[in-house]
Amino acid sequence: MRLTQGTFSYLPDFSDEEITEQIQYCLDNNWPVAVEHTDDPHPRNVYWDMWGLPMFDLKDPAGILAEIRECRKAFPNQYVRVTGYDRRFTRQTTALSFLVQRPADEPGFRLERQEGHDRVIRYTLHSYATDKPAGKRYEE
Amino acid sequence: MTQPGSLASQLEASGAGGLVDLDAAYKASNVQQVLDELQQELIGLVPVKQRLAEIAAMLLIARLREQQGLAAERPTLHMSFTGRPGTGKTTVAVRMARILHQLGYVRKGHLVVATRDDLVGQYVGHTAPKTKETLKRAMGGVLFIDEAYYLYRPENERDYGQEAIEMLLQAMEAHRDDLVVIVAGYKERMDTFFHSNPGLHSRVGHHLEFPDYSIDELMAIADLMVTRQQYHFDAASRAVFNEYLVRRARLPHFANARSVRNAIDRIKLRQANRLLETGGKVALEELARIDTSDIRQSRVFESDSDEAADER
Repeated sequence: MRLTQGTFSYLPDFSDEEITEQIQYCLDNNWPVAVEHTDDPHPRNVYWDMWGLPMFDLKDPAGILAEIRECRKAFPNQYVRVTGYDRRFTRQTTALSFLVQRPADEPGFRLERQEGHDRVIRYTLHSYATDKPAGKRYEE
Repeated sequence: MTQPGSLASQLEASGAGGLVDLDAAYKASNVQQVLDELQQELIGLVPVKQRLAEIAAMLLIARLREQQGLAAERPTLHMSFTGRPGTGKTTVAVRMARILHQLGYVRKGHLVVATRDDLVGQYVGHTAPKTKETLKRAMGGVLFIDEAYYLYRPENERDYGQEAIEMLLQAMEAHRDDLVVIVAGYKERMDTFFHSNPGLHSRVGHHLEFPDYSIDELMAIADLMVTRQQYHFDAASRAVFNEYLVRRARLPHFANARSVRNAIDRIKLRQANRLLETGGKVALEELARIDTSDIRQSRVFESDSDEAADER
């Protein structure tokens, strides 16, 4: 099941040129860009691991693209995303976030039903990948 | 990448018969404008300007060849500027960034000035991220490393400078499309620096040497600075300032144009002081005029025994 998370998630995966253009858009807006990775793709997992610090004071996307490549090399079987943070006072939030790498095989999620009181059913999602311990997920 | 579009269309129009209109391409690239500015605003430095024009020409031709489908390997653009302090190395580096940007060889054309502090860390594992950060900031522009020889400290084998140099070399090779590195410093020390880092020497394609300014050139620089700040010398004070320059140039720590700038700053200080002490009403002219006494007060004019003191 193809994971759809963040901006552009229903588009085909971006090429490096397209990623470069999106990063340029972030830099033009004065948003510091960060690279993050995870092997726990639950939609409510907001704590992805940071790949280095967010990158401030950059003018050109080449440096960030180099970091993305490094991150892909180190974690070839994890999700990698790029985020642009808008630090303006009234916004102070992630303004743009999109995936730049996904594992070759994405097992997807299972719907879980939990019986509550009075025949109430609670629904939740469970990622098949997280059945394995961290670091062993998405291995061949 | 400002011009390539218009350049290409020019070429298409003119290159129908297999001919390439060099004049049109030259005009479209705006190089002349940048070089003219250089000519106007930078005094002296004839060999440097000539070399810059040559480099600009080479880059333009390389770009034309590329557009015509001829083999055009990206020329090595890393440079070394050697010369004594105050000979305009940083100023020329800023211009260089603009020329390269205009020719489309760097994408942004900004200049990042770095010294040892920006590249070398203080403890194990600190250097690599620090150097990387600086390199990333400079991407798409020019990285100017002032006094580059401080990176390498042969007397301390645990120094982290070597690590920074290695990362630099790697980036100069791997990111040659994204980054132009200019190293600068005194001639002699740069020579020993290159000698002990042959890898760096071979990656630097252009070695520009900045000559010292003559007294006449320094005077022209002073005139330019003074005019820009809307002051002016009168005939007498001009002669005195000329004498000041002659004396100052003989003293140690003479830093060419930088010394001139400092001298002018101090002259302005004394002029302001003199005006206030006189008090009363002064003509507008007086606010701009530099008097001989403003210059004469300088320590440089004192007896020879004191001369070696500091620049005051």
